[in-house]
Amino acid sequence: MDTYSFLRELADSWVLLILTCIFLGVIGWAFRPGSRDLHDDAAAVPFRHDEAAPQRLSGPEGARRDV
Amino acid sequence: MSDYLKLVGFGLLAFLAAMGADWARDPAYMLHAIIVLVLSASAFLWTLRTMPADGVPRAPRPAPGGYMDGPVRAGVIATAFWGAAGFLVGTWIAFQLAFPALNIEWAQPYANFGRLRPLHTSAVIFAFGGNALIATSFYVVQRTCGARLWGGNAGWFVFWGYNLFIVLAATGYLLGATQSKEYAEPEWYVDIWLTIVWLVYLAVFLGTIVRRRERHIYVANWFYLAFIVTVAMLHVVNNLSIPVSIWGSKSVQVFAGVQDAMTQWWYGHNAVGFFLTAGFLGMMYYFVPKQAERPIYSYKLSIIHFWALIFLYIWAGPHHLHYTALPDWAATLGMVFSVILWMPSWGGMINGLMTLQGAWDKIRTDPIIRMFVASLAFYGMSTFEGPMMSIRAVNSLSHYTDWTIGHVHSGALGWNGLITFGALYFLTPRLWGRRQMHSVAAINLHFWLATLGIVLYAASMWVSGIMEGLMWREVDANGFLVNAFADTVSAKFPMYVVRALGGVLYLAGGLVMIWNMWRTIRAPDARPVLAATPAE
Repeated sequence: MDTYSFLRELADSWVLLILTCIFLGVIGWAFRPGSRDLHDDAAAVPFRHDEAAPQRLSGPEGARRDV
Repeated sequence: MSDYLKLVGFGLLAFLAAMGADWARDPAYMLHAIIVLVLSASAFLWTLRTMPADGVPRAPRPAPGGYMDGPVRAGVIATAFWGAAGFLVGTWIAFQLAFPALNIEWAQPYANFGRLRPLHTSAVIFAFGGNALIATSFYVVQRTCGARLWGGNAGWFVFWGYNLFIVLAATGYLLGATQSKEYAEPEWYVDIWLTIVWLVYLAVFLGTIVRRRERHIYVANWFYLAFIVTVAMLHVVNNLSIPVSIWGSKSVQVFAGVQDAMTQWWYGHNAVGFFLTAGFLGMMYYFVPKQAERPIYSYKLSIIHFWALIFLYIWAGPHHLHYTALPDWAATLGMVFSVILWMPSWGGMINGLMTLQGAWDKIRTDPIIRMFVASLAFYGMSTFEGPMMSIRAVNSLSHYTDWTIGHVHSGALGWNGLITFGALYFLTPRLWGRRQMHSVAAINLHFWLATLGIVLYAASMWVSGIMEGLMWREVDANGFLVNAFADTVSAKFPMYVVRALGGVLYLAGGLVMIWNMWRTIRAPDARPVLAATPAE
């Protein structure tokens, strides 16, 4: 089988199935129990770090960075 | 040591550019070589004059603190400047279409419609839109990660490198250097330069996300990241070409025929999907909640919006190639995915609009919110119109007509333009430490000028496009075509004038914004540092 036909068959069978499953999995994951708190918290992110200069990251790793 | 390496690098670059300027096969290449020569020679001299003498330790610079807003400020100014330039060229070529005498004789071939048109599209999409995306992404990623921009001066490199790309692209078009791929016109060496700049951009953005203080990566950053990654991929694949000579701008595409057409529209449509949609949705998910002072309506919906958009958009390109040599199955695939795409698009629009729940009065009182709302409304309209036009039967009427141009502009002027203006009005006072914009009334005026301009533009192009499509397909009782092509051209004249007037209004709105920004930034009474803004 030539490359085109092989890729074509692979794309509209297994790859299609895998991508659809990943997509549905991602949607399902967003609705998992217990995600609400995390999402409420995430939605508030833009209101947290407005003007505060970012502090140094904790630990020896952070001290070296020019944060 | 690194200073010596820099000197060697800049020196070599200047030398190569000088050779390029001497051996250039065409004027565009020569001009670009001269630009690079001047820039690298200046960088060489600047490095030479500022490097410490041997043995003298470099004066310690204070560790930078806070957010890195320099490139954001520069980006905000560049966005406004390129916006006005792009709108001006667009308005000019709109008048050229209505009055062909404006293809001024003595300015040929540089100022004819064919060369100014890519100048307009690149100026508004890549210069105005691109600078807006880079500036806002740098602002948003820092504020949503609580971290300073990663990479030090790499942020500045991204800003200047990207704007150099724009200058090279724009001057190239005027001098006739183009690889003739719509929205991917720049020639091979400009493409390579953009690839370098873009990879640094990706590194800066990712680096900032990696050092974030929040556990969760805010959804706006997902959209920005999708935009950066996908544009890198699209750009590299669609620009695979072999230069005829390394001393000339001409190159030959690697793909040919229908493969080239498919690659081009895979690129072209995803440039719309990831540059003009995903990137600007990143803006939407930050600036709309911030200006409304309430969190996004549904964070879950934003996640679904993201993944649905990413999974679906990438397949929609073939709808540009109905009734061509492209296999029918591919065109149908593109059409089906375009229609499905309507759902996540409207999900996103609803998510943005419903953020105003409980604060609808702000539409009346806050012209910036009004801009965001109008922008989302245009997003909704054009993401309904687009899927409809991608259906094969509708496309047989709309394709090659002004309807397409009207559709593009209701999306670009309405969605991208208005949300960018809103973001600029949001950013300008905050970046220059002012309490608010110099004139709120002028924002209001800008809103109405822009909206009226879009309405004139879109309405005239609908009428013109549908008329054109119907005239082209009209046959008499014997099956002969009733109209010659030139008949449609003369019939479109009034619509072309109305469209150009719409452009004038939109441009006028942009100039009002620049005046307002100028007065805000130069206001003498304002504080010079970042102001405390009422956050929650």
